[in-house]
Amino acid sequence: MASTIRVRAIASGDATQVQALISHPMDSGFVKDSKGQLIPAHHIDVVEFEHNGKVVFTCLWGPAVSKDPYVKFSFKGAKKGDDLKVSWVDNKGQSDSSVSKIG
Amino acid sequence: MNEFSGAPRQTRRTILKGAVGLAALGLGAGGALTGAHAAADAKAWPEKAFSAKGEADALKALYGKSGEPSDKVNLDAPEIAENGAVVPIAVASTLPNVTGIAILVLENPNTLAAAYKIPEGTEASVASRLKMAKTSKVMAVVESGGKLYTATKEVKVTVGGCGG
Repeated sequence: MASTIRVRAIASGDATQVQALISHPMDSGFVKDSKGQLIPAHHIDVVEFEHNGKVVFTCLWGPAVSKDPYVKFSFKGAKKGDDLKVSWVDNKGQSDSSVSKIG
Repeated sequence: MNEFSGAPRQTRRTILKGAVGLAALGLGAGGALTGAHAAADAKAWPEKAFSAKGEADALKALYGKSGEPSDKVNLDAPEIAENGAVVPIAVASTLPNVTGIAILVLENPNTLAAAYKIPEGTEASVASRLKMAKTSKVMAVVESGGKLYTATKEVKVTVGGCGG
């Protein structure tokens, strides 16, 4: 399976800007399908961004985060070529992770 | 004898840690991801805060306190969101020692939409996209130096993002 995580991290000077896009249905639990049945909630709970073994950013997400969530943030202390690890886990216990290079 | 007993244990632990880290890195670079080695932990998810109704309850469950409005919290949200399923919302703050950012949509079934932990060295700025059931006030909450500061803005939604 292809990775669900797409990350673009760009170091510029002191700060590294990270943009991440995760493919996930993020079902809120309030939407009905074509048969009128409620689609059960299925959403990412926690996303963690790690650089050099240090967690630099944690997302705690509820069902109100949009489908295929996007997040952008910046942190200091990384340089070009460093690894950035991203991992997520959802409310059904599914998870994924990826490691990408900071460019 | 005693002063040496701690040293080998420390070394062994360090080596083990390093090995686990390398294994995780190798998996990631390989691209074939099973997710079994994910670091994100579902236990960190504050279920109570996310099921709370109303901003006071959500903030109490999440941070154990309530906030006060501040002009140093910058909430960037559209005046009118044509599609409630995808509303771009950004929060930034010039406050020092920010440790957390939360976004609340007051009219959503569950008030708390997202919360972010900001460790030292990470900027107090986050952008993401949220769902909004209907026209509602959106509240940005920034935790700085153990206190909560808020900014609120109304976003008009023409097509809701939570109905069928």
